[in-house]
Amino acid sequence: MVDWRKQRADRDARIAAGRAHSDGRSGGKVVAAASVVDLLEAVLKPGDRVCLEGDNQKQADCLARGLSACDPAKIHDLHMVQSGIVLPEHLDVFEQGIAKRLDYSYSGPQGGRIAKMLYGGQIELGAVHTYLELFARYFVDLTPNVALIAGVSADRDGNLYTGPNTEDTPTVVEATAFKNGVVIAQVNEIVEKVPRVDIPGDRVDFVVEADRPFYVEPLFTRDPAAMTETQILMAMMAIKGIYAEYGIRRLNHGIGFGTAAIELLLPTYGERLGLKGKIATHWALNPHPTLIPAIESGWVEQVHCFGSEVGMDRYIRERPDVFFTGADGSLRSNRAFCQTAGLYACDMFIGATLQIDLMGHSSTITTNRVAGFGGAPNMGSDPHGRRHPSDTWMKAGREAQITGDPALMRGRKLVVQLVETFGDKLVPTFVERLDALELAKKIGLELAPVMIYGDDVTHIVTEEGIANLLLCRDADEREQAIRGVAGYTEVGRGRDKAKVEELRSRGIVRRPEDLGIEPLDADRSLLAARSIKDLAHWSGGLYEPPARFRNW
Amino acid sequence: METLTFRHTTTKPLGGTTSQAITGVVASGNLEVLLERILAPDSCEIAIETPINGFGDVWEAVVADFVARAQPGGLRISINDGGARPDTVSLRLLQGARLMEA
Repeated sequence: MVDWRKQRADRDARIAAGRAHSDGRSGGKVVAAASVVDLLEAVLKPGDRVCLEGDNQKQADCLARGLSACDPAKIHDLHMVQSGIVLPEHLDVFEQGIAKRLDYSYSGPQGGRIAKMLYGGQIELGAVHTYLELFARYFVDLTPNVALIAGVSADRDGNLYTGPNTEDTPTVVEATAFKNGVVIAQVNEIVEKVPRVDIPGDRVDFVVEADRPFYVEPLFTRDPAAMTETQILMAMMAIKGIYAEYGIRRLNHGIGFGTAAIELLLPTYGERLGLKGKIATHWALNPHPTLIPAIESGWVEQVHCFGSEVGMDRYIRERPDVFFTGADGSLRSNRAFCQTAGLYACDMFIGATLQIDLMGHSSTITTNRVAGFGGAPNMGSDPHGRRHPSDTWMKAGREAQITGDPALMRGRKLVVQLVETFGDKLVPTFVERLDALELAKKIGLELAPVMIYGDDVTHIVTEEGIANLLLCRDADEREQAIRGVAGYTEVGRGRDKAKVEELRSRGIVRRPEDLGIEPLDADRSLLAARSIKDLAHWSGGLYEPPARFRNW
Repeated sequence: METLTFRHTTTKPLGGTTSQAITGVVASGNLEVLLERILAPDSCEIAIETPINGFGDVWEAVVADFVARAQPGGLRISINDGGARPDTVSLRLLQGARLMEA
């Protein structure tokens, strides 16, 4: 007789073992913060697949500290499957022998340390995924045995309020709870009744009242005070040469000063060009503080968010016509849905990168930093499954199509790289060969960690100009178009000047003067807000900047 | 500290009549540019004081591109560099030329 319920029996046994550490009241779901290590050692088994919720912003930090304090003699060889490697504890568990294998998406703040540990063989790497890709694998072959998640509050039945940073939680819980896994949530407080139910209590097995509120990384705050004239010039070129020409209304912006500058130029430069209502109306975007002036000026119709941003909660609450909010009034974000929106419903992705090669392949991985991908490869790719037209998408499709039946033409998503030719410390952005290839060789990766493949990139914008790769007709034109905007980097200075001028005459390479952009306009006075304080003023005092961004 | 001087011949004088302009600041990563209309209408001289040695070829390329783009005939341009990136230099020079055209 086949036992079809082995996983269920295993799950029941784990929960029974965990219950021994609860406070014993009403069903025994609530566990004191002091008992976290005991709870984890009771529930976990060696070799388990574990999602320790490390999102782009929200961190299950109390549970992370608990896991890293477990006895490696009892808990070892865990396979961590989580989107973000953000906290030191996320890597400590590998040093201590508690965890062995890793599948993840993004490791921004720990990029330097993870590179060292990968080189040193302390981490057995499965793959670096995009968010959607990792979420997809949660439902196919990387389903967690145990999920350690974070919320703002819970009631004693386990009903969970995630607050504005819902992020990955519904996806992680869906995959774990419905496939015989155990879900443990840390919350800032246990309450009688949660403000709204983001995760129903029957999907949550244990609730830990954390010793302090969970950590949220303010990842999307860019201080306008640090914006340079070069970034303003690039933003002007992008608005006039791309947003206006393609009539881009549905879009996603990556992280970075260039895209933040665009946000701050919409109510000034964009207004002057008469573009209000014609571009940048519908967004898949985190609630960037730099979008406040555009929202307040009536540019933005709606924004769906991956997560929230520190300090934006009150502002969002007061702008429910723009943001997705719950019955309680606070933001409801959802990374899986917003990534899907960015992939299929947006006509353009624009973001920055650390390296671009001669074919337009880009990577944020350098020999000493493995930052991972996050969502950029999904949003920064042309989804071949798209089946709905838009003027923007069709125009890009026409530019790209050179042969074949026009009746069978499909559109193209615009994928724009907005980069300065030199990064920090005069490190060139344009390179002959990506460092990612060296890394792949060194740690034996079968697939080089390319963030956006060249064939998905449609435009590159630098301070020198715009290269339209859709219009390039062969590899040589593409290379010269890229060299033609690579400024004074070696790649840029290695250009065939005559060929670049020929590309310029065909509109493939365009300079600020070709776009009618006045260099004197590239001035900080063009920014709708010139400081964090200005942003707070624009919001009518609703935006509450985190302490590190306050200088008043 | 390095001092570099480049002399170019232009096909035409820079438009406008402004005799002198100054733009930018001597700050880290920035530069100050003084432009004076005191040379023959077909010549341009650019003198650079930079704290960073060894980038003469980049300066030469930046200056040559600027001269080709702006045709700044008649100008003597003095640059007080604070370690600016080439793109900042390029933008600042173009802004200076626009001020002189006013």
